[in-house]
Amino acid sequence: MASSKRETKQYKVIGTRPVRHDGADKVTGRAIYGADFRVSGTVHGKILRSPHAHAKIKSIDARAAEEHPGVVAVVTGADFPDLKDKIANLGEGAVNLAHLGANVLAHHGKVQYKGHAVAALAALSPHVAEEALKLIKVEYEPLESVTWVLDAMKDDAPLVLDNVFTKSMGKKSDKPSNIATHIHFETGKVDEAFKKADVVIEREFKTASVHQGYIEPHVATALWNEDGHVTIWTSTQGAFTARQQTAELLQIPVSRVTVVPCEIGGGFGGKIAVYLEPVAAMLSRKCGRPVKMVMNRDEVFEGTGPTPGSFVRVKLGATKAGKLVAGEAWLAYDAGAFPGGMIGPGCMCVFSCYEIPSARVDGYDVLVNKPKTQAYRAPGATQAAFACESVIDELAEKLGIDPIEFRLMNAAKEGTRRVDGPVYPRIGFVETLEAARASEHWKSKLVGKNRGRGIASGFWFNIGLKSSAAAHVNPDGTVSLVEGSTDIGGTRTSVAMQLAETLGIPAEAVQPRVGDTDSVGYTDVTGGSRVTFATGLAAYEVGRDIERQMRERAALLWECDAAKVESADGVYRANGKSITFRELAGKLDETGGPVVGRATVNPEGSSNGFATHIVDVEVDPDTAKVTILRYTAVQDAGKAIHPSYVEGQMQGGAVQGIGWALNEEYVFDENGRMQNASYLDYRMPTALDVPAIDTIIVEVFNPAHPYGVRGVGETPIVSPPAAIAGAIYRATGVRMRELPMSPPRLWAEMNRGSG
Amino acid sequence: MARKIHVATTINGEAVEFLCEARQSLLEVLRDTLGLTGSKEGCNNGNCGACTVLVDAQPVDSCLVLAVEAEGAEITTIEGIARDSQLHPIQQCFLEDAALQCGVCTPGFIMSAKALLDRVANPSDEEIRFQLAGNLCRCTGYDKIIRAVKDAAGRLAASGQKPAAANPNGSPARRGQRQRT
Amino acid sequence: MKDFEFQTAATVDEAVSLLAARGDRAKMLAGGTDLIVQLREGLRQADLVVDVKKIPELMDLAYSPAKGLRLGAATPCYRIYGDAQIAAAYPALADAARIIGGWQIQSRASVGGNLCNSSPAADTIPPLIVYDVVCHVAGPGGRRTVKAAEFCTAPGKNVLGRGEILTTLEFPPPAKGSSAAYLRFIPRNEMDIAVAGAASWVRLNAAGDTIEEARVALAAVAPTPLFVRSASDWLAGKPATSETFARARELAGQAARPISDKRGTVAYRKHLAGVLTERTLVIAVDRARGVARNGH
Repeated sequence: MASSKRETKQYKVIGTRPVRHDGADKVTGRAIYGADFRVSGTVHGKILRSPHAHAKIKSIDARAAEEHPGVVAVVTGADFPDLKDKIANLGEGAVNLAHLGANVLAHHGKVQYKGHAVAALAALSPHVAEEALKLIKVEYEPLESVTWVLDAMKDDAPLVLDNVFTKSMGKKSDKPSNIATHIHFETGKVDEAFKKADVVIEREFKTASVHQGYIEPHVATALWNEDGHVTIWTSTQGAFTARQQTAELLQIPVSRVTVVPCEIGGGFGGKIAVYLEPVAAMLSRKCGRPVKMVMNRDEVFEGTGPTPGSFVRVKLGATKAGKLVAGEAWLAYDAGAFPGGMIGPGCMCVFSCYEIPSARVDGYDVLVNKPKTQAYRAPGATQAAFACESVIDELAEKLGIDPIEFRLMNAAKEGTRRVDGPVYPRIGFVETLEAARASEHWKSKLVGKNRGRGIASGFWFNIGLKSSAAAHVNPDGTVSLVEGSTDIGGTRTSVAMQLAETLGIPAEAVQPRVGDTDSVGYTDVTGGSRVTFATGLAAYEVGRDIERQMRERAALLWECDAAKVESADGVYRANGKSITFRELAGKLDETGGPVVGRATVNPEGSSNGFATHIVDVEVDPDTAKVTILRYTAVQDAGKAIHPSYVEGQMQGGAVQGIGWALNEEYVFDENGRMQNASYLDYRMPTALDVPAIDTIIVEVFNPAHPYGVRGVGETPIVSPPAAIAGAIYRATGVRMRELPMSPPRLWAEMNRGSG
Repeated sequence: MARKIHVATTINGEAVEFLCEARQSLLEVLRDTLGLTGSKEGCNNGNCGACTVLVDAQPVDSCLVLAVEAEGAEITTIEGIARDSQLHPIQQCFLEDAALQCGVCTPGFIMSAKALLDRVANPSDEEIRFQLAGNLCRCTGYDKIIRAVKDAAGRLAASGQKPAAANPNGSPARRGQRQRT
Repeated sequence: MKDFEFQTAATVDEAVSLLAARGDRAKMLAGGTDLIVQLREGLRQADLVVDVKKIPELMDLAYSPAKGLRLGAATPCYRIYGDAQIAAAYPALADAARIIGGWQIQSRASVGGNLCNSSPAADTIPPLIVYDVVCHVAGPGGRRTVKAAEFCTAPGKNVLGRGEILTTLEFPPPAKGSSAAYLRFIPRNEMDIAVAGAASWVRLNAAGDTIEEARVALAAVAPTPLFVRSASDWLAGKPATSETFARARELAGQAARPISDKRGTVAYRKHLAGVLTERTLVIAVDRARGVARNGH
């Protein structure tokens, strides 16, 4: 592990690898995930979905289903309140609630993608519910559909929604358009700067829609109680945002909704928007019983958010000496069926790794007949990096400069202004490049035919936002922590470790728990790589609060001024006396009663996570199948609280990126219907498809966090496609500019022009 | 509708009887009727392995077994492999090696790994990856899972536990050379 | 899915009479890895499902060098590669058995079920064709046999009539100097449906330098698994050299008549059919020479 010089403190807990607190429950099958939750009297809900990519709903007749034995409730969009346009911030992106409502259950007279929810019912068993769905008669008038982003931007394209107008530079277009938003960033004098460049390369890139792919399907159980209170047990990345969305869609006060987050089986950005929660609640209101809804895997693919398909054009100019002087990017990302895709971060990230004095970025958020896109791990950044990093690779080659040296010559650093405005504080991009250059992998020689090595860098903001936590001290010296961040990847432990470090007690002496919306303060979503950073910061502040109160208790014991009591590493001292945290915890009753610490934080700005990935591939010259031979991920974590879980994020993100690069894609037929809505045909990597993923954690202290944490979750998915494209180029001589670089596609490129 | 069917089976060493509809999968009955929710539903289609259990020592996707087929069988689920308050070495190594993130695929992986280590004492990385290819994980990138299975193999060997050699059923990777396309 | 009746048949006659009585509305259950998915997805309907795994004949796995292999139609794949002698005698069968789905699928799925599902992309059917397997069928009208190459008639369709079940697959004894191989191409390394597949069987002369007889079959490049007569006939009498394999590759590519779909294009599949034919010939010849050297 590489370490920055700025870090001098030796930690007792941070940097160690304790067994996670929820571990035993998860390896024995006892942990309660959303689908495992049971409440007596539960009935089972199912959703009827559109078979068309685009159609008017002429009528819905649910009478036969309502009368079917075993069916207890049926709802359609007409049962939901009519929602006005209102923008709600969901942490990793904002959403128009009218659109969110229409996405949850169509109530605007049309469907905009195959899989769009049209009606729902609840029945005594899931089988009865599924059978009864067939009794709901929906009359559709199919409309022409469009799924490719550039097609959707044409003047004569079918309109996905007829009330969306292009917003551009504060203006609104005269007529409806599939282009919902145009974003423009510009710095310096771009056209003049390109004239000064010795080498200019401009290339176009395409990427297919890919899905977050979490193994646990969406699930929710809702109970609309007789007293009007709604309780929802669900699998979500944010209990509070789920509560907010549900309350808004049902038009009831948030105080009447309690969201209880169950254990969550993966999210990666896809479990922020609600799908089932409001529908289950409405069904429960109708039948007076708890309603449980679980999606099938095809519903997950067809009904929930993929990440945008995209078209990106990147143009970069550099001097012979290897200095970037100008950049231009044009990005069109599909938003799916409703506005508000990932184009914003795409535009901010496209040049985020480099110091480019003059740059211009134009981005378009475009409606198509696909499921509404949702965040997926560094949303929007991977598509942009695939383009930019590929051009960087080509520029370095043309200039005859080593790709790491070229990046180092142009790397963003403290003081670099990103094209969208912000100036970086201390960041660790250069350090990841230096660590990559020094790695055994990079220094090794790749031998063998049809083999190549690629390298690419990546960036993600890593946000702060609101987190709350509280903890109480137990008489045996342990501390029970309640925090608001749902735990997808072991964050309970990384947060608890920061509290333990602050109090000078072992990680195991903290018992962390994720609270529901009534038992912990407001906490934003588990997303944006923010939990270990922001909720960790809250835990640190909780620790400081407890420590202050414990000093007061020691002062009471010793009959001295609290200001005289010092504490370090879990020992409290004053006037030559000392007492351990544990001993002091046993004396709380005699010093005034319980000690409870609490904190709420809202750090602003971003922590800026950078990574550099190295990959070796071999390409079968006959079949064009790519085998990943070796992979190394280098990333600045700021400070790795639990190194195993930092490595795990880097490895998992890299493998998701490998899947995106090589095989994952939504395949549509000519009528815009997804053809591969199963794990069989949507090809996520298996254990046999990837090698060991080596990791190098770089630690460049983040001054915005007491322990220097930057967050790590998202950045690792950004680099793989570009790195692999570079490796394929060196193995075959073919530069792939379309994802996925699947065997048929690569084979066609390798044989282009050879007849 | 057909009447419910009576099934007598053995689950985790205990005799169990239940009533089910013919259309119900073993996974459904384990989870919804018997309350054994450790086996997870990821795809209900045999493509993710989250519902892996052992039927007569052989790993199967319990979503692709009818519950009525459990008649007379011996079934082992994730709930049945820890003994006397001691985690199975595979479970212990998954914890120590941080081989899970969200954990929803974990029970299936542990059951497949158990089926492997019950047959092969010291599997290679490639063999582990091949045998676990029927189990999808989206969080970990598999690296730490492979390590945990290897560590568990070592721990089992050190504790003197031999693979159940009496079991004649080979693992596909071990029996003969597998050809890679 | 709609509920159905469930019966366990103890004998072939019982299974036949149960199935014959309900016709299309009755389905035979072996490993269930196709049937349960299809019932769940509404691709097939059943009022009655008949489990045949308690019928001894359908769970057969009997091999002798003199008589060959008798493989019960419901015998799961893992038992094939789990038997070292059988895996050595019929390596192309073992090649296919160990790559169908993951291990969990192989614990249940049977070669007979794979054949009766009659997918053009079925991995085990090309090996059945090149081993010239005889399929034993029992039905209301008695018993009959069908050659594996003639079993499938269209995607998902085969020669079985109302109430007929596949009982046993009969593999001829391995001829002296013969061996075979099966390969498929998939974008991943496991858990995938063949974009194309090829099985090659060869019988070499005593010197091991000439192909005396050969059979080549392809998967996923036609409405049914395909016996490639052109390449098979041409190979007979040719030297076992790379030039010969390359020519067979061309013939196989020409014989393939695939469609373009989500798994691959026409051009790519024709190309793969040739590549896989060539590669399986190399392996089959190599194995045949090894067998000649080492014996069984």
